Amino acid sequence: MSIKKLKKDVFNDLVAALIDSDQRVVGVKAKGDRFAFGDLESADELRLDYDVTLLPPKKFMLPQMETLLKYEVGGEYKSAGEAPKMTLIGVHPYDLVAINQMDEIFAQDEYDKYYMNRRNNITIIACDVVTPSKNVFAGSMGTATVDKGYDVLLTDMGDSYLAEAATDKGEELLAKAAQADDASPQDIEARSKVWQENKEKLNKHKLNCEPGDIPKLLDKEEVYDHPVWEEKASMCYSCGSCTSVCPTCYCFDVQDDVEWNLKEGKRWRAWDGCVLENFATVTGEHNFRKQRAQRFRHRIFRKGKYVPSKIGGQIACVGCGRCVTACTTDIANPVDIYNRLLEDVKI
Amino acid sequence: MCDCCSSKKDIYLPELATVKKRKLMNGTELYLLIQLDSGEELGHKPGQFVEVSIAGIGECPISISSSPTQKGGFELVVRNAGSVTKAIHKLKVGDKVGIRGPFGEGYHIDQLKNRNLICICGGLGLAPQRSLINYILDNPSDFGTLTVLLGTKCYPQRFFREELAKWAEGDDMTFKETVDEEHDCWTGNVGVVTTLIPKVESHLKDSAVLVCGPPVMYKFVLMALEEYDIPHDDIYVNLERRMKCGVGKCGHCQINGEYVCQSGPVYRYSEIGAMPEAI
Ligand SMILES: Cc1cc2nc3c(=O)[nH]c(=O)nc-3n(C[C@H](O)[C@H](O)[C@H](O)COP(=O)(O)OP(=O)(O)OC[C@H]3O[C@@H](n4cnc5c(N)ncnc54)[C@H](O)[C@@H]3O)c2cc1C
Ligand code: SF4
Ligand code: SF4
Ligand code: FES
Repeated sequence: MSIKKLKKDVFNDLVAALIDSDQRVVGVKAKGDRFAFGDLESADELRLDYDVTLLPPKKFMLPQMETLLKYEVGGEYKSAGEAPKMTLIGVHPYDLVAINQMDEIFAQDEYDKYYMNRRNNITIIACDVVTPSKNVFAGSMGTATVDKGYDVLLTDMGDSYLAEAATDKGEELLAKAAQADDASPQDIEARSKVWQENKEKLNKHKLNCEPGDIPKLLDKEEVYDHPVWEEKASMCYSCGSCTSVCPTCYCFDVQDDVEWNLKEGKRWRAWDGCVLENFATVTGEHNFRKQRAQRFRHRIFRKGKYVPSKIGGQIACVGCGRCVTACTTDIANPVDIYNRLLEDVKI
Repeated sequence: MCDCCSSKKDIYLPELATVKKRKLMNGTELYLLIQLDSGEELGHKPGQFVEVSIAGIGECPISISSSPTQKGGFELVVRNAGSVTKAIHKLKVGDKVGIRGPFGEGYHIDQLKNRNLICICGGLGLAPQRSLINYILDNPSDFGTLTVLLGTKCYPQRFFREELAKWAEGDDMTFKETVDEEHDCWTGNVGVVTTLIPKVESHLKDSAVLVCGPPVMYKFVLMALEEYDIPHDDIYVNLERRMKCGVGKCGHCQINGEYVCQSGPVYRYSEIGAMPEAI
């Protein structure tokens, strides 16, 4: 697959043409002094110099709320999933790693066609980070760069982008550029330098071990009942902000609604979070994780051990730093917790 | 959309089924015989469960109470405990429900073959255990001896009474029963289910013990079993969890790293019973 060099205005024209086509084009836009993914009205809105988006791009594969089924009461249930064709522009490497993980999870064992159909209809134009956010630690998690999952990867080179196509879709897209040169060896060298620098720059919280060691750490006997869970969780509101903003959290709730005519209804799923109080409550008010500390620990164990065991050891924290920013009591940072454990526990 | 995904089945789509029989067995437990409208058998294993859908209300996990050896539909026992189960209680013969499943692994029959078995059931725990008990009764040569201990809170709450009477009379199993509270119509044992354990002491050696009941029961039964040095490998527990998807995605049923909807709800005590948050 090819690597091209596109002047920024050439790339902008490409985006403008996409917006003019009949498919949905979503990109990163400014929202006050922060950034969010949203439908692009014009190419100028696109801000590939952003630091981090408020919500991760997972919402396009796993919407906050999604109708699964429609039915007439007493009649058959019908699949209702939608999977609009769209191009998603400006996904950062750490968020793409999270998407890659989720792709594996939703495809494995029982194939979740709602997620997968959406995913398969999304063309991803990823971009390397230009401005590190204040809490990013992708450098520590090995997610400052990414080598798969995108159709096109952009790297900002000042007045131009290096654009690498990784799929036929990506190749087709770049072929539409009015003017594009093949990247020179010097350009590719310069890109490697950007990657190298990003590994260092995107590291506002430094993990004191290799990410691959985290499951080993959590497996140590002393960890499960370590005082850190109580220490941190004593300040936890169980508000669920840390799980909502997380690109790797995918737990959901399922509910039914009937229409006003009482004849038709739908079943939908919505984001849920294991830190919320009643996530594990069953009939008879029995809550299997009644204590905040239990739920807080569960979240960290999910990121560092349970989910990794499903996806070949990859850690389900990509270091985006969103939970660090979102948590009003400043306890959600996984690095703080892992480092605190590392002080007491030998791996 | 590519062909490979459009051809995959929808794991959240219930298939329609019809209520063939219903019977309120006591104040809270409803018996249902259900047949898939496709005419196919459910094809379950003892100990598995289905997700039952009531349109407009929702879905909930219910154990399959009948043995797979029984054809012509499958049976459920549903306690009126909340919104979906309340709606299930309103179903009449001929009404439609949605069914997904069977889910979970249920009992690992291969681990139980040729063994002496003791089923300890508390209350509604009888419902799932019954799928195994009747399976064993239909395949007696595959298993050793069968002992069933049943504890119910109070006499009026007993269900499957006719079947229990048959179990008590027959000579293909040892059946002992108790109720927690005295009652005028009850002449049998009184006391919690653990009080039955010493009565079958001689059966405990070399047996696999299968426990199923409400969360509070496990602690007491497991404590009582400790006295008999039964290896934890030989104790099986049947665990309830909150469940939404039944297919390992939604995260609700997790006990630590274990997905009860996929690998459960039956576990060896050695595997999981001793895990924190499990019991
Ligand atoms: C594998 C498995 C097998 C089962 N087998 C059977 C069976 O054979 N028969 C049977 O009767 N039941 C069985 N159950 C239990 C059954 O699934 C529950 O009783 C049922 O899901 C309750 O659903 P509901 O909609 O009726 O109740 P809900 O309306 O969901 O509420 C019931 C109760 O659940 C608790 N609860 C639910 N949601 C919340 C919340 N958000 N916050 C706080 N508390 C909440 C409360 O205590 C509430 O009173 C089984 C469960 C599992 C996991
Ligand atoms: S850790 Fe922070 S963000 Fe997460 S639930 Fe607790 S208080 Fe909310
Ligand atoms: S746990 Fe926090 S830092 Fe890690 S991926 Fe989730 S939101 Fe980002
Ligand atoms: S019930 Fe959803 S993961 Fe088990």
